[in-house]
Amino acid sequence: MLNRRDFIALAGGVSAALATRPSFAAPAGPNWDRVLVLIELKGGNDGLNTVIPYADPLYHRLRPNLGIERDAVVQLNDGLGLNPGLKPLLEPWKAGELGVLLGVGYPDPNRSHFRSIEIWDTASASDEYLSEGWIARAMAKSPRPASFALDAVVVDDNVLPVSGPGLRNIVLKDVENFVRQAERMQQASAARPANPALRHLLKVQGEVHQAALTLRDRMKSAPQPAVEMPNDAFGRQLDLALRLLLSRTPLAVIKVALGGFDTHARERETHDRLMRQLGAGLGSFRTALKQAGLWDRVLVMTYSEFGRRATENGSRGTDHGTAAPHFVMGGGVKGGFHGRQPSLGDLSDGDLRHAVDFRDVYATVAQRWWNLPAPAAGSRNRLLDFV
Amino acid sequence: MPRISSAATNVARAATTRDSNFIDGGLVMIRSGMQGFAVGLGVAVALATAPALAAPMGADMARHLLARTGFQPTPEEIARFERLDYADGVERILDGMRTKAATPLPGWMDMSPTEFFQLNREIRREKREAERDTGRILKIANLMRQQGGEAKAWWYREMLSTPSPFTERMVLFWHNHFTSSVQKTRYVPSLIRQNELFRREAAGNYARLLQDVARDPAMLLYLDGVSSRKGQPNENFARELLELFTVGEGHYSERDIKEAARAFTGWSIDRDTGAHRVYRVLHDDGDKTFLGRNGNLDGDDIIATVLNHPRTAERLVEKLWREFVSPQPDPAEVRRLAALLRNGKYEMKPLLRAMLLSPAFRDPANRGTLFKSPVELTVGTLRLLQLPVDDAQKLVRAGRLLGQDVFDPPNVKGWPGGEAWISSYTLMLREQGLQRIIQATQIAGGRSMGTMKPVDKEQLNEMPVEGRSLRDVPMAIRMPETLRSIDRARLERIVLALPPVNPSPRDTEAGAALAQMLLDPVYQLK
Repeated sequence: MLNRRDFIALAGGVSAALATRPSFAAPAGPNWDRVLVLIELKGGNDGLNTVIPYADPLYHRLRPNLGIERDAVVQLNDGLGLNPGLKPLLEPWKAGELGVLLGVGYPDPNRSHFRSIEIWDTASASDEYLSEGWIARAMAKSPRPASFALDAVVVDDNVLPVSGPGLRNIVLKDVENFVRQAERMQQASAARPANPALRHLLKVQGEVHQAALTLRDRMKSAPQPAVEMPNDAFGRQLDLALRLLLSRTPLAVIKVALGGFDTHARERETHDRLMRQLGAGLGSFRTALKQAGLWDRVLVMTYSEFGRRATENGSRGTDHGTAAPHFVMGGGVKGGFHGRQPSLGDLSDGDLRHAVDFRDVYATVAQRWWNLPAPAAGSRNRLLDFV
Repeated sequence: MPRISSAATNVARAATTRDSNFIDGGLVMIRSGMQGFAVGLGVAVALATAPALAAPMGADMARHLLARTGFQPTPEEIARFERLDYADGVERILDGMRTKAATPLPGWMDMSPTEFFQLNREIRREKREAERDTGRILKIANLMRQQGGEAKAWWYREMLSTPSPFTERMVLFWHNHFTSSVQKTRYVPSLIRQNELFRREAAGNYARLLQDVARDPAMLLYLDGVSSRKGQPNENFARELLELFTVGEGHYSERDIKEAARAFTGWSIDRDTGAHRVYRVLHDDGDKTFLGRNGNLDGDDIIATVLNHPRTAERLVEKLWREFVSPQPDPAEVRRLAALLRNGKYEMKPLLRAMLLSPAFRDPANRGTLFKSPVELTVGTLRLLQLPVDDAQKLVRAGRLLGQDVFDPPNVKGWPGGEAWISSYTLMLREQGLQRIIQATQIAGGRSMGTMKPVDKEQLNEMPVEGRSLRDVPMAIRMPETLRSIDRARLERIVLALPPVNPSPRDTEAGAALAQMLLDPVYQLK
């Protein structure tokens, strides 16, 4: 087993080998004090039962079995309201800390789970194949400060948004276990073998060692959260995210996920439960971060591969669709609706037409949240006004 | 024990490649050394049927063949294969394939869906009542979870004991191609039946397999075929049939999916038997147009149409290539093998034979370029160390933690595999699991791996074993009889696909040296 001094020497060696990292960015540069908490809603979240056009008779006509009863909707204005399970979001909404992005999608939508989440994760066009994540690309030319031993922590399994040669991500589910096992692991090797598989193994080993070192020190002195997260799988992920934020471990992204949204059959029972988990989790998360004085540093954002068809199917579920609403939340968020609710009377082959391109949402996060430089001229991003 | 010197020339050749440093410039040497070897191979392939000219494949080639077509090879397996001519070795593997599992099936296999769901309801009602009476939340077994766990353990036991590891690797391959999960299907007996179908067709016929999968109860439940009916077709199966199982994206339109979905309407299951059944009144008899073909098409017409599409065979070959040959399929070879598959009416054995005999499969540069899946890692290690397993549930849990919960793939696309097996999280868990296995050889004296329990953080350091803390157990393997007589250099070449990154010093005790091999990054490769 390594002792602490070996461990530091080892991590130092790795970091020296890894990169020649320029010094801390000038004040006008990126704002590395800010963290994005990205929430993937896996399976394609049904937007119409999340942010509900409850006053539209068409909604109830298209969804005789699936529609949420008008009285149960958490009304945000006289046309739109939230799924009852999202009631805990009413408070941030009233405080102007919840932005609801309406009609988010992209042209020529792809209805495959795998392809569409890849499109979202890499911010590609529908017919464009990219291998690096959108966050990795947005940060490619903006080196993180030397205090960062890692850039992103992924608490679920999909690392694509933060995958790229310049970004160091770790998948983390249990901090104590992570640190303990990292210490027991074999020495990381500085070798750069020609075999790509072996090279990958050694690279991951090196990242683990460096991240473990930082986490061990930071988590030791982290305060306890003031609020308990719900005791379900999603709540436990948020709890880990919360503890990381409280520890002030320097990093840019924490990614969590809530799964089970592929509701082809008997949607109501599944989807209502997921909405309750999402609402309860985010409500507690916000309270805890506010109490810790961190709420202004955090931007919470949801995304999903697609929404679902406007019309319910014969199995009391919905099939793969297109545009959907998404949430942004945080002390720095400009609350209210952004974008435009797609019309149920103007469907495209049974699907909602998107009003906001998700790449504009990402560009807004990159340029207005992190203050990263805009991509080269010629890009046509239309920034939104939610931060 | 046959010694490696039984094939002196092979040892001499192998020694130049193995002893060269694989790291940095080493690969150049291997490649150049390989060219001469490949010429020799060409002769061997051409004359494979002439036994007089057969040449022993040698230990390294035997290791590669067995590691890629099975789990971690054992010294006995390598000893049996190294003296064979390569083509004969391939034939022996194919001849040894099985169509039925030897492990006895769980007792509840005859339970029908009706009985299953009724029992499930009863258990839940009793639980509710008991909770109301006691005022406490009770932990009562969930039928789906319990049978699911038993089904998974059943398959692990078969993988641990099978005399034909290639059969199980192919069953795993089909399970990852035609995914279904306990989570979604819930009716667990159907998943074992599907697994039996995959074994029957492990090296059978792909066209027949596709036809049977479209009727397979677990698949009908998994991709919602059971609720797809005339006027309200469910597109789930049709979409994945095109996107994942056959032609792939870019070769069909959304309209094709909708039309295919109509063609499969009415294909469902009989709730009283659990068998496939077609409900004629629910089937859409209307005209359909699918990939340019028009008529009153049914599911078999759709399948026949996609089997006629050249991409169906090519995509299957690409997937097999990434599973068994290398991370990068060679397009020319893919076309050659795909043509062989189509021209051979989708018979799998000729395809598998041609793939295993292909120059790319035998190319030493491709050794150690693939990652072991979690199942390969755990089952392979236990087979190597000959550790008896008293409770296969522990393997089920280990697999789940490492990212491969058999019978519960993450989604319909299955496990992505390759580099995705190794994240910071899973790499640590892999090492942790291996450490547990290593320690289990000490504390249980090789009797059982009952103490192998990966990542239980409360127990990691505290678990009392024969009155001791695990912390004091040396990180060394108590060598089983089969490994004790093998010298260090040969053992290293049996255990590892490439020279280790962290070799242990020469004077290391044998059991500690073997443990070190298992914990070397190279052990994660095959």
